[in-house]
Amino acid sequence: MAQNDTLIKGWQPVIGLEVHVQLMTNTKLFSPAKNKFGEDANTLVDLIDMGLPGVLPVLNEGAMKQGIKFGLATSAKIAKTMIFDRKNYFYPDLPKGYQITQLHYPIVKEGVVEVNNKKIRIHQAHLEEDAGKSMHDKYDNKSVIDLNRSGVPLLEIVSEPDIRSAREAVDYLKKIHQIITYLDISDGNMSQGSMRCDANISIMKPDAEAYGTRAEIKNINSFKFVEKAINFEIKRQIKLLENGGTVEQETRLYDAVKDETRSMRTKEFANDYRYFPCPDLVPTNISNELIEEVRKGMDELPEEKEARFRSEYNLGDYEAQVLCAEKSTANFYEEVCKVTDPILSAKWIIGEVNALLNKHDVSLNQSNINSKNFSNLILKITDGTISGKIAKEVLEEMWEEGSDPIEIIKSKGLEQISDEGELETIAQAVIDNNSSQVEAYKSGKDKLFGFFVGQVMKETQGKANPGAVNEILKKLLSN
Amino acid sequence: MNFKEQRDNFRSKKVSAKEAVKDSINKINNDDLNIFINIFDSEAIKKAEFIDNNFDKFKDAPLAGVPIAHKDIFCTKGLPTTCGSKMLENFVPPYDSTVIKNCNEAGSVILGKTNMDEFAMGSSNETSYFGPVSNPWNSDLVPGGSSGGAAACVAAGITSISTGTDTGGSIRQPAALCGITGLKPTYGLVSRWGMIAFCSSMDQAGPFSKDAFGCAALLDAMSSYDSKDSTSTKRPDKNFENLLTKDFGSLKIGVIKDINSFGINSDVMGAYETSKTVLSGLGHELKEVDFSELSSGICSYYVIAPAECSSNLSRFDGVKYGYRASDQKDISKLYMETRSEAFGDEVKKRILIGTHVLSAGFYDAYYLQAQKVRRMIKNKFEDVFKNVDLVFMPTTLDQAFEKNRESNDPNRMYKEDLLTIPANLAGLPAISFPNGFKNNLPIGGQFVGNYFSEDLLLTTTHKIQEVSDWHKMTP
Repeated sequence: MAQNDTLIKGWQPVIGLEVHVQLMTNTKLFSPAKNKFGEDANTLVDLIDMGLPGVLPVLNEGAMKQGIKFGLATSAKIAKTMIFDRKNYFYPDLPKGYQITQLHYPIVKEGVVEVNNKKIRIHQAHLEEDAGKSMHDKYDNKSVIDLNRSGVPLLEIVSEPDIRSAREAVDYLKKIHQIITYLDISDGNMSQGSMRCDANISIMKPDAEAYGTRAEIKNINSFKFVEKAINFEIKRQIKLLENGGTVEQETRLYDAVKDETRSMRTKEFANDYRYFPCPDLVPTNISNELIEEVRKGMDELPEEKEARFRSEYNLGDYEAQVLCAEKSTANFYEEVCKVTDPILSAKWIIGEVNALLNKHDVSLNQSNINSKNFSNLILKITDGTISGKIAKEVLEEMWEEGSDPIEIIKSKGLEQISDEGELETIAQAVIDNNSSQVEAYKSGKDKLFGFFVGQVMKETQGKANPGAVNEILKKLLSN
Repeated sequence: MNFKEQRDNFRSKKVSAKEAVKDSINKINNDDLNIFINIFDSEAIKKAEFIDNNFDKFKDAPLAGVPIAHKDIFCTKGLPTTCGSKMLENFVPPYDSTVIKNCNEAGSVILGKTNMDEFAMGSSNETSYFGPVSNPWNSDLVPGGSSGGAAACVAAGITSISTGTDTGGSIRQPAALCGITGLKPTYGLVSRWGMIAFCSSMDQAGPFSKDAFGCAALLDAMSSYDSKDSTSTKRPDKNFENLLTKDFGSLKIGVIKDINSFGINSDVMGAYETSKTVLSGLGHELKEVDFSELSSGICSYYVIAPAECSSNLSRFDGVKYGYRASDQKDISKLYMETRSEAFGDEVKKRILIGTHVLSAGFYDAYYLQAQKVRRMIKNKFEDVFKNVDLVFMPTTLDQAFEKNRESNDPNRMYKEDLLTIPANLAGLPAISFPNGFKNNLPIGGQFVGNYFSEDLLLTTTHKIQEVSDWHKMTP
């Protein structure tokens, strides 16, 4: 079971993730208030979200359909009947004093996702409501509460403890992110909290029969921190055990600034949530008809899109995978392919565009690059107006200014020189001015050919058509 | 004056809504029974004037021009709703419950909110933060509970109709002790939206009136499918008032074998036996049914109801609305002090019991077991209704009792609900009506019917009331 390459100092980390995903619905899980991020505090709040005396929850079927989608995408069992439970605890941003969630009869059970050719099992995914937000640093000596988030639908995806390294945990998380964004059930934005992660971590000797005691790290809010927090926690546990200590079952918090996890609450002080079926909601039956309706309305999944890209655009495995990693990129690519050469476009997106995105750490739709200006750039390469080298310059300009490549090429005079007469004149001048290099070349220093190309490019400020320059120089130098 | 006479007087323009309201307000002002927690006299007069000015629009409405009192558990927009608790002493809801909205639309005029056991927990109306209500028949006695104020209001002749809620008998028991008619509908018939929750899986609102006629008309107004309540049932609308004239023919009425062994007072049993003769006289067939499980209902109820209440009452934490303990610097102390200061003893007791039975390690032994007993009783009723149309039994073990009896013996109070609780556990409709007098105090009998058989319950009771006078007695 244990894979040796994931052992750390002879210990096998065992990791399970609980991922909370905010679902994109018009309204909240149990109230008609709008489900939206970033509005003024307490403006998206219904009587139900405030937990007023006498109010009752009514299930949002849209959220239920989102849950079904996720189940279908992970080959899971969809509940025939799902039941909501109350999880009781006191907290100021939990107006009812309980959270409505699903414990024993979740909407989704026993799914699986594939990460780097390894199957990671999903124990269950259940629907529940989000809490409001407490803010302690807005006013002196006062805590305030924003209930806009109160009642926002969440899908909590609970994996089996199948993950063996921090890296694998991140890959699993990215896979979940890819699935939920492909399904359009969430924007998966970790920095805004629409995707949050708790990690359960334990370590064991590879030959041990039972898992070690686990610690849970709560609310990690970026891919990077997931990896760091898990690695820190593994090291902490190894050090503990190797010094003869024991791991306590507890909840810990990750401090990104100090890059460490800290104890938040030990088992002794763990809440007894007193779960019981919520009497305000009747058990909800999910019919096969509904499941089929949802299935028919589902968008293509990543694997399906990759396969189609390979056959439709003649892409290799790697290209298809990179282009399909994010749905927005895949859609962008398809849009561009309507008018451009698919292979060339793929090469540019994977290479130059991705490089820019990574460098500036933004996503495609946050950038100035769109399918229209990018298509024009590719078309200008294909028809020989600009060289690849110039195209990179144009792309940088597009990135900065958002202007159209045709305009950039025109205003900066970047059109490629392909006129043979003009190029021949320039090439002849280069040869005439560098007689010693010509002699050396002719006596066998073939490598000097690049020097002559470089000189022509210099004279033309890089605008010369490289193919034509090669031809002409070969002809002139063989005389 | 009964409901029908009062409505007829409005419809025939003999008495305006405003005159009826003024008459009721006068009676309230002379009331020394502590029936009301809040009185909305100026609002009531304005509403009555509005109804009088729009006579044509309201004259055919089921509650046309009739003053009504609502149990203080139904949220009333802009008007205080206390639920009998210090916790909500100054709480003013920003919305109307569906029951209030329906009754308003049906042409009734709300006079005020009636006293009740705190958060509907109690059978004597003595747990109210606003003091006990006295029984109109004898002010040393309790009116029953938890809807004690609402029942006393009708019994004292202040209004001809009022609303209550029944979780374990809170409509039927006070109806019996005050000598009026009260119906607990099938769970899901009347919307719970805006009704402050005690035990959500059993709470059900229903009507009080002197007779089945008034209950039928008020139920017509109260009941509606409500998309805001997921446990509300979509069903074809029945007009209960019109159905009162329907002939359901000779019925098979179940009477419980060995009911003597339940510890029922001999006067109550005497009235019960007399009623059986009346039923036979009306052509109904009495059939003995074996229902020894009935008495285990009480154990199930006093686990499930506290369990749900412990969760339902969590929202009263001093953070958002209601009472807040002063000068607290720490959130857990704010919770503790607020809840310690603003909940009464009975409520605290039930929250503690409920918290205990849901705790890790006790859930299976208590909560789960109680649910099994509940299921058993439900199944038993299903069996019984294969053979009979209605079940008939006394409503209570005793007549109205003296104030302060309970504090000495809480088990006795819980046991008081023995005969009413089974219908709540099963979600079945049941009606209590006056069926005898002894010591100048009323006695109640009840029918339990199959799901959504309110028409049968009301009509059968109505036919009894056509040939008897118990419901006409006044204190």
